[in-house]
Amino acid sequence: MIIKQLSVFIENTEGILECVTDTLCKHNINIVSLSLVDASEYSVLRMIVSDPERGREVLKEEGLLAKLTDVIAVKTPQKPGMLHDILTAFRDANLHVKYMYTYSSSENYATVIMRLSKLDTALSLIKQKGYEVCTDKEAYEIVNLN
Amino acid sequence: MIWNETKECMSRDQINNLQSARLRKMVKRAYHNVTFYRKKMQQIGLEPGDINGVEDLHKLPFTTKQDLRDNYPFGLFAVPQSQIVRVHASSGTTGKATVVGYTRRDIEIWQECVARVLAMAGVGSHDIIQVAYGYGLFTGGLGLHYGAENLGATVIPMSTGNTQKLITLMQDFKVTAIACTPSYLLHIAEVLEEAGQIDNTHLKVAICGAEPWTDNMRKQIETKLNIKAYDIYGLSEVMGPGVAADCKFHKGLHVYEDHFIPEIIHPETLEPCKEGEVGELVFTPITKEALPLIRYRTRDLTSITYDECECGRTIARISRFKGRSDDMLIIRGVNVFPSQVEAALLEMGETSPHYLMIVDRINNLDVLEVQVEVEERYFSDEIKQLDSLTKKIARALHTALGLSVKVRLVEPRTIERSQGKAKRVIDRRKFD
Repeated sequence: MIIKQLSVFIENTEGILECVTDTLCKHNINIVSLSLVDASEYSVLRMIVSDPERGREVLKEEGLLAKLTDVIAVKTPQKPGMLHDILTAFRDANLHVKYMYTYSSSENYATVIMRLSKLDTALSLIKQKGYEVCTDKEAYEIVNLN
Repeated sequence: MIWNETKECMSRDQINNLQSARLRKMVKRAYHNVTFYRKKMQQIGLEPGDINGVEDLHKLPFTTKQDLRDNYPFGLFAVPQSQIVRVHASSGTTGKATVVGYTRRDIEIWQECVARVLAMAGVGSHDIIQVAYGYGLFTGGLGLHYGAENLGATVIPMSTGNTQKLITLMQDFKVTAIACTPSYLLHIAEVLEEAGQIDNTHLKVAICGAEPWTDNMRKQIETKLNIKAYDIYGLSEVMGPGVAADCKFHKGLHVYEDHFIPEIIHPETLEPCKEGEVGELVFTPITKEALPLIRYRTRDLTSITYDECECGRTIARISRFKGRSDDMLIIRGVNVFPSQVEAALLEMGETSPHYLMIVDRINNLDVLEVQVEVEERYFSDEIKQLDSLTKKIARALHTALGLSVKVRLVEPRTIERSQGKAKRVIDRRKFD
């Protein structure tokens, strides 16, 4: 299923990352996974958190620019060629990967967060190929990932 | 050298008489040939016959940049288009340019004024001068070009943009004089320095203008390049560069009073200032045929003195500029109003209209950064989208301002909101 990623506009100024972590901490929101893009003037912080809706609200109250983005978390079996297999399927279907990053790695799976041009098509392709994706509960609470 | 001693060294009485005669004629021309002036004078019950001389100048209404815009493009011209031989334009606050026109005679007078400036700076027919102002609609390039030709100097129409080539030609042609903005000249000096070529030119004099600069900057230019540098002033509405310039004593800029009557007024009360008092500079060009402006408000703040200069010239001198009475900025010689930025952002519609302009001088070149707040509905978490938004804003601003701009996206609500007058500009350049 499609899960919500919390994306925050990060101006390249001192203390801004701490402002995000401080706000989330105060509201007892856990950061499960994150990726920070490196750009010169500004950046985007992408996070999977325990409560994305609430996360967006509290960051907004703090004056930050935050939004929720649809992504999927694909459980890639822990052996060579699996990610390649999935990406090949996407390419054959003309799907376009906008970005991806590792969510977690365990004995059985490397779970990868992906943002794609057509998420629904991607989901059915993944299913067809016999792979699994995380549910929102699994992703936000880190369960069933082994 | 004094190019036109008759006109530059007249007694105050002679100046008054000449100005009065020319003013009378000019007011008549404006009244009869320009509907705008006729209406404006009729509204306050003034007829050309009421203006007998310079002493009556204060009775006349002011003209502003807005009047030129309202009468875009040729509405204030006093001659048929067949008599206009050239048009120049500068960018305006709302996209519409400020258009000025010249008859053949206007151009001749302009060439004469620029020749006086160059002669005052010691340039003569033996000199090779590189004109490194922009050529085109901007008056800088062509203004200096034809003035230098009139003087008989050898003109290299360099324009701007290719410093390396400028330096190569400067060395190969044994260039002795250059006309450009002072900040560009400092940049050229730095490039020469880095290449270890600073002593390897024949340059002896520079005529700099089109942007505010200081005495310190002049001394820096003079020391670095081992040359003499002079200040030239002008504005397209009144003519172009060559309305006033300084001599080797650098004690103010001599105004060519046989063509332009200067006044200094309080920008608020519009009453005349005393000699030496700082106020807004107002010009009445009294010989202009195509565009006879009456009491044009330049918005430049300065003071005036009528004392004879050590150089022998008797014409009035205005001091170095103290700033502006409006919010116009001069960046790399280009006039920029903050409202242009706002208009361009609103027109584009993909950002919030909240912006902050930061002007700085880095390695002697003016740099304009515009910070724009990202609006929530236009925020994408893909860097590619944000980058393309940045580029789109930069393109829109470049088109609107005629100047390349560094755009920086900032978080929403980080730019100070308007409480009364919002702070839209931070100018980090030092002019003192």
